[in-house]
Amino acid sequence: MTDEVMARAVGGPHAGFAGAAGTGSGSAGNRRGPLLYSDVIRERWRRPRFRGELPGASAVAEDVNPLCGDRVRLMVALEGDRVATARFVGDSCAICTASADVLAELVVGRSRAEALRVDTADVLAVLQADIRPTRMRCVTLPLSVFAMALNGKS
Amino acid sequence: MRLDERTRPDFPILERVVNGHPLVYLDSAASSQRPRTVIEAMSQYYARSHANVHRSIHTLGEEATELYEAARDRVQRFIGAGSREEVVFTRGTTDGLSLLAETLGRTLRAGDEVLITELEHHSNIIPWQLATRDRGAVLKAVPLGEDGTLDLEAFERLLTRRTRVVAFAHVSNVLGTINPVAEMCARARRAGALSVVDGAQAAPHLPLEMSALDCDFYVFSAHKMLGPTGIGVLYGRRDILESLEPGRGGSEMIKEVWIDRAQWNDLPWRFEPGTPSIAEAVGLTAAIEYLEKLGMERVAEHGRALTRQALEGLAAIPGVKVYGPPATTDRGAVVAFTVAELHPHDVAALLDAEGIAVRAGHHCAMPLMRRLGVVGTSRASFSVFNSPDEVGHLLAAVAELRAAL
Repeated sequence: MTDEVMARAVGGPHAGFAGAAGTGSGSAGNRRGPLLYSDVIRERWRRPRFRGELPGASAVAEDVNPLCGDRVRLMVALEGDRVATARFVGDSCAICTASADVLAELVVGRSRAEALRVDTADVLAVLQADIRPTRMRCVTLPLSVFAMALNGKS
Repeated sequence: MRLDERTRPDFPILERVVNGHPLVYLDSAASSQRPRTVIEAMSQYYARSHANVHRSIHTLGEEATELYEAARDRVQRFIGAGSREEVVFTRGTTDGLSLLAETLGRTLRAGDEVLITELEHHSNIIPWQLATRDRGAVLKAVPLGEDGTLDLEAFERLLTRRTRVVAFAHVSNVLGTINPVAEMCARARRAGALSVVDGAQAAPHLPLEMSALDCDFYVFSAHKMLGPTGIGVLYGRRDILESLEPGRGGSEMIKEVWIDRAQWNDLPWRFEPGTPSIAEAVGLTAAIEYLEKLGMERVAEHGRALTRQALEGLAAIPGVKVYGPPATTDRGAVVAFTVAELHPHDVAALLDAEGIAVRAGHHCAMPLMRRLGVVGTSRASFSVFNSPDEVGHLLAAVAELRAAL
């Protein structure tokens, strides 16, 4: 890890995660470089599908990312053992918002046990972004909040 | 010649290219960069003179001791302290404030009060929470006015016979507010309280004169003022330091030790247990030499000019909000801002893609964030090597941000 960082530091220009995430077509605001956030993250942040309140939710949890103050609340409606629907609200960055949105989509329809097995890799696979270590908590916060909700710790 | 035109060649890190762009480093309030002289002084020290200090009866040990103690003299002059005994080396501002809270904390009694302010860094909140909690004392905070300055009338009201310590920042690390240190310290003294000033954001930018500020304690870090990490300064008024029992023990801080007791060393070593940060002291000397060569008045003026340019430029961008006292006020070299609809971390990441390093988040000042009603802000901060062009890059990049995500 140290070697890798040192090599990058002396190696001059590098694209970092901007390059790796550059699956899109290079849109507004990125005229001078490759895409910074993946298209999925941008789309999910602009138009999240699962953002909103969920009155009568059977499980709710909320937590904060101490690094940045991101706050996410997840609400889950269970029908028997099955996740019928999930919603989230929060003050969060684009990556955290997109992660919460993707997570909500991934857990709907699954049994409780299956839903709890959805992990960071599953969310990252959908986000298609190369997230730097400093932002990984933005991805994992919704996952830990979801586990808190289903495990009844809110 | 503008200050940055003179200084930029001295900072090797400015040659870095980040994400395809020349580095624009606007995060000196978190940690500044170092000129070559600081890096070389430390490297020379390790290559030529390193040994442990004070009790080494050999050439290298004597050299190391001489260099370490010379740093103390340099700091004494730099901050206008009355004597070298008043300059205690710590590991940094957080360490200095913790040392004070631990040491003064032991003298607190149930019902005593410690007064801080709403704009403090966590380093000047948490140690006092711990100290007051352990002693049954009470922690209170001076509220912030709408203009980003402290409510001094409230300060007067909150200062009571029970107030034992008043601890506050010289310059806010978020708002850039410069607090009226001399006035607040004088009021604290009249009320019978000790004053503790967090100078982390002031020492890199303002000429300091302890006798003019007339505080009881003043703490700062080297790494925000072009020096190394791992060393800081705790200035303490001699008579008060003399009267205090050390809060931390170990080697160096004693004269004689028995199994059940010890006799404390003289000032300032009484408060420096263990092997100190020697190479860092050498680096700090070089940093002070560098700043003094530039002249602290010029350094201050350079910071003011960049801050004004950034404040006015950012405020003119639609959707951007800046925080703290108006651009016309004398402020520290930091500008906190938010961009409508964008999270501060996304702002920082998008700017990083342009090679611009800013800080984002709560800046270790969560109570202040709550007071401002934001989860966090982005923050640009300036040092002697930053240029008006770099501020221009920041402004241009921020203007494009909302279209970028």
